Amino acid sequence: MTFADQLAQFVVSGITQGSIYALIALGFVTIYSVTGVINFAQGEFAVLGALVAITVSQGASLFRGQMAIELELPLALAALAGIAASVLAGALVYRLGIQPARHASVLSQIVVTIGASIVLRGLMLLAWGTEPYRLSPFTPGKPIELFGAIVTRQSIWVMGLTVVTLLGLYLFFQHTLIGKALRASAANPGAARLMGINTLRMGLIAFALSAALGAVAGIVIAPVTFVTYDRGLMLSLKGFVAMIIGGLTSPVGAVIGGLALGVVESLAAGLISSGYRDAFTFGVLFAVLLVRLGGVVRRGKGQALVGAGL
Amino acid sequence: MKMRLPARRLAIVGLVAALAVIPQTVGNNYQIFVLTLIGLYTMLTVGLSLVMGYAGQVSLGHATFYGIGAYTTALLSTKANLPPWLALVGAVIVTALIGFLIGVPIFRLRGHYLAMATLGFNVIFILIVKNESSVTGGPSGFTSIPPLSIAGVTFDTDVSMYYVVWIATLVILMLSLNIVNSRVGRALRAIHASEIAAETLGVDSTAFKLKVFALAAGYAGVAGGLYAQTVRFISPSSFDLLFSIELVTMAAVGGLASVWGSIFGAAAVVFLTQFIRDRLGDLLAGAAGEGEIIIFGMLLILIMVFLPEGLTTGGLNAVRRWQARRKENVPA
Repeated sequence: MTFADQLAQFVVSGITQGSIYALIALGFVTIYSVTGVINFAQGEFAVLGALVAITVSQGASLFRGQMAIELELPLALAALAGIAASVLAGALVYRLGIQPARHASVLSQIVVTIGASIVLRGLMLLAWGTEPYRLSPFTPGKPIELFGAIVTRQSIWVMGLTVVTLLGLYLFFQHTLIGKALRASAANPGAARLMGINTLRMGLIAFALSAALGAVAGIVIAPVTFVTYDRGLMLSLKGFVAMIIGGLTSPVGAVIGGLALGVVESLAAGLISSGYRDAFTFGVLFAVLLVRLGGVVRRGKGQALVGAGL
Repeated sequence: MKMRLPARRLAIVGLVAALAVIPQTVGNNYQIFVLTLIGLYTMLTVGLSLVMGYAGQVSLGHATFYGIGAYTTALLSTKANLPPWLALVGAVIVTALIGFLIGVPIFRLRGHYLAMATLGFNVIFILIVKNESSVTGGPSGFTSIPPLSIAGVTFDTDVSMYYVVWIATLVILMLSLNIVNSRVGRALRAIHASEIAAETLGVDSTAFKLKVFALAAGYAGVAGGLYAQTVRFISPSSFDLLFSIELVTMAAVGGLASVWGSIFGAAAVVFLTQFIRDRLGDLLAGAAGEGEIIIFGMLLILIMVFLPEGLTTGGLNAVRRWQARRKENVPA
């Protein structure tokens, strides 16, 4: 394998991984735009969706073997079940945690979402234990060769679904009434309320939608990497970094941020040191933060963004 | 107000007396170790409470400094062959310095960004410890750390370390109370209330935040060093992100702007964890670890939603409000 082939391989696996970060980041952007909250439970939505989908499509032994589930439903149904489970979790997190604390400080709300992520992680540990789970690929078959790199069929699924999701979100936000109401609540909550938009319900919808996006990410990556109950934290962190790179409120920016992060990580891990993969993520974060927000001029803007919550 | 000062002094004397007597009444070494942990966590929580409650700055990576203190102590007293007490002093200086150096770039950030940056440092610290195993022992940990010894006296029993830790804790508590009630404390509260207003009045907010952050890092250095010398074995899992979050919980339970609350927060979280491990373990058929995590998360949410000022301050305020309401109702 030549060096160029190797590079191509790193870039392809980086884009695959980056697509997942992009999907997680899209969830972050949706919630942040509408409610001003950074939701650290976003990665847990992905893991929950994946674990439920795996259980429904392949069966699993839950609660330390006390509950054996023998299901072999088709993948589409399993994916729907996974998404539904995450949406339910997202709605509960909003109604029980975020909505009661919506007048609290940024710090309190961050801590609430961290608390929610811990509860979800604990519940998943209780049900699924510490074993790694894996979903079989959506379409079995040989990998495809592209520019000297080996691309698995699942990687194509991952990239394709990311593009489809981004398009779907665009259509939803631009051309549906709920989408427009969500954007109105994001732009000016007070005015949105005066126009008869229930901003609390919009918050709920934003959480449900983000949870669904998270579940899609988790399910589509489940055949590529193993899923364990505690993977959510790292996914959240990566998604958040991608969101910051993309400028916090831009869906397209989030996708670009996610892809860029995935590629940088993959190249750095492959060429420099695989043990420090996650450190490179934060290296990128620090670089972006200090370059974009470090200066005196930018400082005011950063503050305005953070203070813009409901 | 005149009545309150002697009462407060009495409370301090009572606390010191209770702390001094406890090891004589508790025979069990494990229980003494748990009480020692509460002292260590109190030091960490006080620092975090100063950073988050008084300066209003989020820190989700405080375990980093605890870890730096522990590993520096371990390295200085083994590989550099320094006497353990000097290793401890060195570790505190190193930790405070690192806190200061990390603070310079990240205190230009705010809110979510700052939270993420502090969290990022924690992740990077753990990665370094895990990867550089020739220096740190890697994931399996750093063993045979020499015990603390000062002037020929070796502190290698649980009871002796209990006293060392609690004396350090009380010193740190007193120091923090003095800071809170001084010009620095007022400046910090002003920064918390409104950074722009504080700066208009001539408070250099960045300088104050940096100093507090370095101070809190130094406290964590003391706690980390003493922890290493108490358990004599350290591994990265004691200093990970989850522990940082646990520390935020302790600070939140105690009240984010309450120095005394930090003892209460640390004790409440440690006892709750012990209780869940001991009691719920039977109930949940060996699922104590999961139960611990779930209850922990719920506690965090409940406190943030219902008592954002923490159990001590928030609870006292709630009682005061209730009393005020009763007084209003009596004449009617």
